[in-house]
Amino acid sequence: MIATPFTPIASLLGGALIGLAAVLLMWARGRIAGVSGIAARLLPPYEDREFAGRLAFIAGLIAVPVLVRLATGSLPAQTIAAGTPVLIVAGLLTGFGSVWGSGCTSGHGVCGLSRLSVRSLVATITFMAAGMATVFVMRHWS
Amino acid sequence: MAILIQFAIGLIFGLGLIVSGMSNPAKVLNFLDVGGIPAGTWDASLAFVMAGAVAVTFIGFNRVLKLARPFFAERFYVPTRTDIDARIVAGPAIFGIGWGLAGFCPGPALTALGFGSASAFIFVAAMFAGMVLARFIAQLPSSARFVTPADPLET
Repeated sequence: MIATPFTPIASLLGGALIGLAAVLLMWARGRIAGVSGIAARLLPPYEDREFAGRLAFIAGLIAVPVLVRLATGSLPAQTIAAGTPVLIVAGLLTGFGSVWGSGCTSGHGVCGLSRLSVRSLVATITFMAAGMATVFVMRHWS
Repeated sequence: MAILIQFAIGLIFGLGLIVSGMSNPAKVLNFLDVGGIPAGTWDASLAFVMAGAVAVTFIGFNRVLKLARPFFAERFYVPTRTDIDARIVAGPAIFGIGWGLAGFCPGPALTALGFGSASAFIFVAAMFAGMVLARFIAQLPSSARFVTPADPLET
């Protein structure tokens, strides 16, 4: 386990930027900024004509680190401790569960809670609890 | 124009993920590790990410949704479902396990692609496979008896 510093100011600020993006997407396109929903709809079946816009949003997400590195010459710390088998299982569960439950941290946790949606509150409490339980088992049960 | 704006919104979202620390799985896992509270290794930062994001979104949505329509669309696409079914618990439970295993949720995983790490590519490839599988199963006639036959992605 790698210790990480407590960063309340940066995290609050970064969170506000995420919120700003969610508000802007609602203002511009009338859509919920739920990353799992946007990403899942990049693959078929296609139900509407929003493909290009979704691809542009995801491209923006991916382009940020590249631009940050160009602008500042470095990137903040990113430590991925999981090995390949864990990454594959985790990726499958994350992708399946976020679509099965109609959203992830952004769609339910940010946009849903902000709309005072009870479904999103149930979802957010559930994935927080499941994530905490999983880390507890992985770190403290061996 | 709308496409460019959506790219810019993706940039702002991604910048938020990086500035907040969400793009670092180690930080996410240290937040989820409530068992680390006695030892002092718990990193509460992510609660501040949620607080900042929800505060801005709550105020912003209230103002934006009072408009007649979005700037680049005919209408607002706001989820309308209010029922609590099995899927709204089962889905997030499965997602939460995946989140706790690697420390990635979908947004940060996609942004991690831009960091250029092979691990992120493996995770994202598996994530898309899981998404396709979930949408496929949700559309099977046999599962229509158990689940609401609505768009599986509708929040």
